[in-house]
Amino acid sequence: MTAVEERPAAELGSPRLRKEDQRLITGRTRWTDNITLPGMHHLAMVRSPFAHARITGIDTGAAKSASGVVTVLTGADLKDEQGALPNAWAIIPEQKAPEHPSIAVEHVAFAGEIVAVVVARTAAEARDAADLVDVDYEELPVALDLKAAAADEVLAHPDLGTNVSAFWEFDSAAADTGGDVEAAISAARDGGVLIEREYRQQRLIPAFMEPRSIAADPTGEQLTVWSATQVPHFVKIFLALVLGIPEHKIRVIAPDVGGGFGGKLQFTPEEVLTVLAARRTGKPCKYTETRSESLVAAHHGRDQWQKITLAATKDGTVTGLKVDLVADMGAYLGLVTSAIPILGAFMYNGIYKFPAYHLSCTNVFTNKAWTDAYRGAGRPEATFAIERVMDELAAELGMDPIAVREKNWIKHDEFPFTTVSGMQYDSGNYEAATAKAKELFGYDELRKEQQQRRESVDPVQLGIGVSTFTEMCGLAPSRWLGSMGYVGGGWEHASIRMLPTGKVEVITGTSPHGQGHETAWSQIVADRLGVAFDDVEVLHGDTQIAARGLDSYGSRSLTVGGMAVLAAADKVLEKAKPIAAELMEASVDDLEFVDGKFGVKGTDTSMALGDLAFAVFQGHKLSAESEHSLDADATFDPLDFSFPHGTHLCAVEVDTETGRSTIRSYVCVDDVGKVVNPLIVEGQVHGGIAQGIAQALFEEGVYDESGTLVTGSFVDYLVPTAADLPAFVTDRTETPSTTNELGVKGVGEAGTIASTPAVVNAVVDALRSFGVNDVEMPCTPHRVWSTLQGRAADTPAAPHSAQSTSMSQEGQA
Amino acid sequence: MIPAAFDYHAPSTVDEALALLAEHDDAKVLAGGQSLIPVLRLRLAAPEVIVDLGRIEELRGIREDGDALVIGAMTPHHAVETDALVAEHAKLLALATATVADPQVRHRGTIGGALVHADPAGDLPAPAVALGAELVIAGSGGRRTVAAEDFFEDLFTTAVGEDDLLVEIRVPKHTGWGAHYEKFTRVVQQWSIVGVAAAVRLDGDSIAEARVALTNMGSTPVRAAAVEQALVGQPATAEAVQAAAAQAAEGTSPPSDSNGDAEYRRHLATVLTRRAVLAAAGA
Repeated sequence: MTAVEERPAAELGSPRLRKEDQRLITGRTRWTDNITLPGMHHLAMVRSPFAHARITGIDTGAAKSASGVVTVLTGADLKDEQGALPNAWAIIPEQKAPEHPSIAVEHVAFAGEIVAVVVARTAAEARDAADLVDVDYEELPVALDLKAAAADEVLAHPDLGTNVSAFWEFDSAAADTGGDVEAAISAARDGGVLIEREYRQQRLIPAFMEPRSIAADPTGEQLTVWSATQVPHFVKIFLALVLGIPEHKIRVIAPDVGGGFGGKLQFTPEEVLTVLAARRTGKPCKYTETRSESLVAAHHGRDQWQKITLAATKDGTVTGLKVDLVADMGAYLGLVTSAIPILGAFMYNGIYKFPAYHLSCTNVFTNKAWTDAYRGAGRPEATFAIERVMDELAAELGMDPIAVREKNWIKHDEFPFTTVSGMQYDSGNYEAATAKAKELFGYDELRKEQQQRRESVDPVQLGIGVSTFTEMCGLAPSRWLGSMGYVGGGWEHASIRMLPTGKVEVITGTSPHGQGHETAWSQIVADRLGVAFDDVEVLHGDTQIAARGLDSYGSRSLTVGGMAVLAAADKVLEKAKPIAAELMEASVDDLEFVDGKFGVKGTDTSMALGDLAFAVFQGHKLSAESEHSLDADATFDPLDFSFPHGTHLCAVEVDTETGRSTIRSYVCVDDVGKVVNPLIVEGQVHGGIAQGIAQALFEEGVYDESGTLVTGSFVDYLVPTAADLPAFVTDRTETPSTTNELGVKGVGEAGTIASTPAVVNAVVDALRSFGVNDVEMPCTPHRVWSTLQGRAADTPAAPHSAQSTSMSQEGQA
Repeated sequence: MIPAAFDYHAPSTVDEALALLAEHDDAKVLAGGQSLIPVLRLRLAAPEVIVDLGRIEELRGIREDGDALVIGAMTPHHAVETDALVAEHAKLLALATATVADPQVRHRGTIGGALVHADPAGDLPAPAVALGAELVIAGSGGRRTVAAEDFFEDLFTTAVGEDDLLVEIRVPKHTGWGAHYEKFTRVVQQWSIVGVAAAVRLDGDSIAEARVALTNMGSTPVRAAAVEQALVGQPATAEAVQAAAAQAAEGTSPPSDSNGDAEYRRHLATVLTRRAVLAAAGA
């Protein structure tokens, strides 16, 4: 279907090792914290220990007179120049939100909020002086529990008058995309099946490898800001909008960035304050957060209650789905906080042909770190809910969970398919992916073993979890974003520079932070321009080089940014062709471009693109009217989302004596359309699955009753490592996307979206014979055991003893 | 994070180290640093002086002394874990040491540091108690020996005084004993939620002697004396061991935290004790 398929594709589909890995893995690169400039000052933040308090006084005297301290800034100092941090996505026009300062002025709304900034000559002196800043607080009642906060029992921001930020609804009958869900529910109540469940999406912390770091240099004509961010272009425009710095006087650089997972899709208080400190002192300033600060104050993810009502007939045909969400915003609205649950709102119907659908979402403030994008952003929550509840439907009807899905899913010959939420799915083949996954998994044999273990009441029970996911990726058609209330667009930009020696520079507006764009983009360009892979250099992340772009998130880089690169390459060829014709004294119509050369059809005369670039550089033989450049820019705005899918199967052994769940095998067959580099796809799938398993079994951001983050270090916030995970069996089917010429779909979030319900379904399946139909995430041994005992599975919100207790003076450790 | 400033001393003998501790009121001893450095970086502690034992050669090494093994306090975990004498005479200690954190930590962290740190969730105090280790403490008044059961006084508190150093761990030989350390965690690199250290001497098919101690079932390691007594003379079968292990939680006062409440830990103690004893008995 695409031009790509028709030409010899030497690079596309090749499992090349990533060209950026040598420097990333060995650390021979420059991260933001490595940047040291002459006369640089260092920042340390003083953060509120209280979740909700009024600041009654700040004494900076001792800190200001401490060794090496340049200045100490408070909210009172900066209130007239700090502006307000932006929320770029009002999901309804009347959305309510408190003003979001970078530094608190009179009121702190979560533990970790910045109340003072120490600027010193060294990082150590800044840290020492931060301990000397004396802040007086008057504590206020805290709004922590999400449901209680939704009922306005305690106000997170008393001045706002309510904790409810917005109420958003989608109704398929009203939207004319389906029927009336209440009618479906009534019908199911009389003679059908009604499944009603409530699920908790626990709070997660992105926990990227490189903590956030910012350096700002005010000494040049342009203010230069380095930031460990996913979104340098966002940072540039928001520095202009929030601080009033003329946009053309700002340069933002995201150098190599060590991971983000959505956690660096933000315009941060720390960025604003580093810039303000640099502007005030006239010196370069740098701030690098500690891991503890990152856990406390970088935005969190998920945190929702989901009430799910599924109506079906007794043969397992779903007739309606109703979803009521309460979503925890935390203390403020960050960049896209308010829209995260809504990004999932169109995916609760999953891969299924549901006739009626209704979703409501209530966004609620609490006195906790604000939430925002985290790998999958709304779609993991949606996929979890529907895939969990489809298993519940199967259990209720005594059907195989795959059979129930098959009864309801879109068949491969029904694409493109417009769903009950109004999305048009481009392509897919759920039957093929599922058949392949079942075979690789040994599904039938495992079911037999499960039966045997149930019959023998084996203390170790076996559970099988199914997740047949889809997601919308490739954020996003600008028109769609506009219709949804987002302030920005969703296009992407690329430039290609043909250098005189035949080498190629590709400039992308996407901003890789571990994904491997330098490799994949090189593969795309090498194929399209017929140049060697190693002759392509991919540049990114510096607004002075990549002037236009909308950065990396939402599995958009390849489907949107890769397409812009392809379009730029095509423009290079378009520009080159008449010049080649002129130089070879041939008619444009007689030229063909094969293997990197323009040839005159039917002759031996040809000219390689590199030679053409040199001739253009010299210009000796070009007419004066010719443009002496082969360079091209292209912007791509996607026609629509793409909808990758896959079938993930997980076998979990649950030790009923200890409650421990151990993944025995994990098989996934993903369909992400055409693949540029299978090795990169494999890496994304592995990492994604691991991150989704982490939600299912290990990770949870926990606050105690006073609003202190209990999981404030990796002693208590349990990020699994390779040692905690099984080998994954991964495979693919390939159904090209029809919404872009490359035929690609996104893969950055797929594994995370798919794996969480696969694992929890397996845990619940293992316990089903004990009458268990849910275990709250993360399915810790304590929770599983408590569930089996019929006890409340509430886990105490207290850290490991070593964190809370001071050590003995004799500590010889 | 950056620790608060401190003065640093690196003596090369125990006497020099003791002199430094006597001289400075607010000194902390640095062994392998795998707990102290994080605590300093988090500014949970801010001592004025650090006395680093890393250059004191006499504190390293493992040797035999009659019926005991003598392990220098500054011997790294990795050395204990892989030492042939420990494997032969104090297998329980080798097995427990192998579960401490990760390989990097085990190459830097030391047995003495782990014992004096006395984290209730640390993995070495329980085997030390189970094996009846004796801890040799050097102080201004000379050296004294304290039994492991008396050494751990409270959370992060031991018999090592402010001006003292733990210098040696003397472990009675348990040659020919079966051993197992059953550590329960959610992820591999985690402090024990509960751990059980078990060593048994078999006489034919029955248990002649048993030593069982529990990790993180109280502020200090807990000797499961009732279990030990109940095991004596019993066959090493699942039923018999289960019956004895049912008493594992007696007299314990486990913590409640994000990994589980006290009741769960008491339950775990019985399950893990059964498993540890059976594994130690090779059953």
